[in-house]
Amino acid sequence: MAVRLTESAAQHVAGQLQSRGEGLGIRLGVTTSGCSGMAYVLEFVDAVEPEDQVFEDHGVKVFIDPKSMTYLDGTELDYVREGLNEGLQFRNPNVSAECGCGESFTV
Amino acid sequence: MALLQIAEPGQSPLPHQVKRAVGIDLGTTNSLVATVRGGRAVVLPDAQGAVMLPSVINYGAADSPIVGASALALAARHPADTLMSVKRFMGRGRNDAEEDARRSHYSLAEGEEGMVSFLTSGGKISPVEASAEILRVLSQRAVDTIGGEIDGAVITVPAYFDEAQRQATKDAATLAGLPVLRLMNEPTAAAVAYGLDADGQGVIAVYDLGGGTFDISILRLHKGVFEVLATGGDTALGGDDLDAVLADWLLQESGSGTLEAGEYRQLQASARSAKEKLSEAVIVDVDLSEVLPGGGIISVSRDKLEQMIQPLVKRTLLACRRCLRDAQLEEGVDNIVMVGGSTRVPLVRSAVADFFGRTPLLGIDPDQVVAVGAAVQADILVGNRPEGDLLLLDVIPLSLGIETMGELVEKIVPRNTTIPVSRAQEFTTYKDGQTALAVHIVQGEREMVSDCRSLAHFELRGIPPMVAGAARIQVTFQVDADGLLGVSAREEITGAEASVMVKPSFGLTDEEITGMLQASFSHAEDDKRVRQLAEQRLSAWQLLDGLKSALEKDGDALLVAHEREALADQMTELQSLIDGEDAHAIRQKTEQLGRESETFASRRMDKSIREALAGVSLDSLDDEVMQ
Repeated sequence: MAVRLTESAAQHVAGQLQSRGEGLGIRLGVTTSGCSGMAYVLEFVDAVEPEDQVFEDHGVKVFIDPKSMTYLDGTELDYVREGLNEGLQFRNPNVSAECGCGESFTV
Repeated sequence: MALLQIAEPGQSPLPHQVKRAVGIDLGTTNSLVATVRGGRAVVLPDAQGAVMLPSVINYGAADSPIVGASALALAARHPADTLMSVKRFMGRGRNDAEEDARRSHYSLAEGEEGMVSFLTSGGKISPVEASAEILRVLSQRAVDTIGGEIDGAVITVPAYFDEAQRQATKDAATLAGLPVLRLMNEPTAAAVAYGLDADGQGVIAVYDLGGGTFDISILRLHKGVFEVLATGGDTALGGDDLDAVLADWLLQESGSGTLEAGEYRQLQASARSAKEKLSEAVIVDVDLSEVLPGGGIISVSRDKLEQMIQPLVKRTLLACRRCLRDAQLEEGVDNIVMVGGSTRVPLVRSAVADFFGRTPLLGIDPDQVVAVGAAVQADILVGNRPEGDLLLLDVIPLSLGIETMGELVEKIVPRNTTIPVSRAQEFTTYKDGQTALAVHIVQGEREMVSDCRSLAHFELRGIPPMVAGAARIQVTFQVDADGLLGVSAREEITGAEASVMVKPSFGLTDEEITGMLQASFSHAEDDKRVRQLAEQRLSAWQLLDGLKSALEKDGDALLVAHEREALADQMTELQSLIDGEDAHAIRQKTEQLGRESETFASRRMDKSIREALAGVSLDSLDDEVMQ
């Protein structure tokens, strides 16, 4: 049971945390919505929930609630630049299908 | 696969979340709200199915103000507490609003910074607060219909609104808790509603005959930028006037005597409904038995109505002609957009078509077309459209500048510059040892400060004492996408800085802003003369100031008594000419005095060289020259 960050993703997240000025790390999760079943949650963390699982990769802490963990196990978070656009991308082995734009997915 | 951004806790966006964006037509008589749903812009009705919200607010005994139709019903009994047409008072000073207020039976009070306020039973109310109430109602209507908080709104304003009036509109939105994406010119919104922006270019005339005002705007669309070429109109001519002539005629026909206010209002309502029916029917019967004592049924034909309103329609066309002339078009008008309920009147349509030689666009309800265009723009701005959709750019309606010595205007951002824009210009000090600079920001096309609209004042302090002209002061004008202005001044040597955001201040003259533009053309000659006079006065002052301080310092040492007296006489003469109006005479005298003070100037020069060289050996001087 683990999730990982690529080095560039970790750098990006660390930079974002630094410019935000506060935050313990990032939270990954899934919520049920979207056009293809589920959607990812990607947020800063200010408060740890008691049931949270915590991972640390390249110095960045990642918090995941146990329910989301079942959908996210084995996921690698990568930082991607496409033209003018930049952001984080979930590489999730549990996904069986995603909608055309990739904003939501099913397992 | 989509790229995700890290969100604040609890604020992860849902996939394919459509942002809720609305367009609001904040009108003088009626206001509307529209949104884009399923790719189509629709106006949103209230719970009773009415889309138009009368722009009327009643501040009575009740805890919260009453807005809309119910407030309108209270207008007859509580005229002072029921505010109508508050848009006319937006961003205006108390003094210049008096005239309008007398017409509307309001009691005015001085609000913040000399701005106008209304005295009502509900307390002192500013036009901004009253407009905020209208926006609140529309915003709530949108929240109820769309189902969620609004992410962004585009609010329309007349093309001739100046900075102060625009800022007041934005303040009203902030007060109502509406996130404003942008303010948009009403004619631009109407053109966008018809998708004319998709053409990329062309000349568009927007004919807007509202309830109480008439506006004509000529726009040029070039590379996706709407440029306002000219605006015109009549602030005291609208659909209500068409109703009034019909009502007066009905009264005359019925043979009834003078009416009480309430009865007249009912008669006017009957007239309006008859006018509306006559847009479809050729003849209607008006039943006045319930309205007037002894009133019966009177038949009105469309011909009769047209005969009565003909002079009013003609007045709008005269304004169109003036506006076209101001626009100085080389080409013809490509499209005519009709705005305002009264453009449904067949005579208005045919008259406009004849005038421009082209059929006006009529596909969209003329009452709703501005709100629809604003909604389309809001939808784009909030990010609901795929990339590549054209983002509209707007332009500055009137030039922005600052006051320089001699009450002259130095234009920094010329009119029709596309916004957002940032422009800087360098200024300097005018007097020796000057340590502060008063920056006076004005808007208008004229050469003299007194003929332009004063927007704001601020002072830059902390300039190190230097000789006149040595300081370098950078004045920067920044206009954001809403047409709101920020000005900053920075002294380059010390880095001293001061700035201001333009807020509604005071002092609009009775001239309408539209008038200001026209005046700049018709006064071009006068302005040139006035500018020359001011410039001559300025150079005379500079010479006098310089001479005065030189005389104080070296006058006794370098001049014999009669020389000094001769100079003093000349100075007095110049001084008295400055107060006159003859630019030519001032110039001659200034030149004469300049010549006659040359001897004195050269003696001072000799003296300062002697002083500089005193005690310096020839050798060391040679060294310096060598270097």
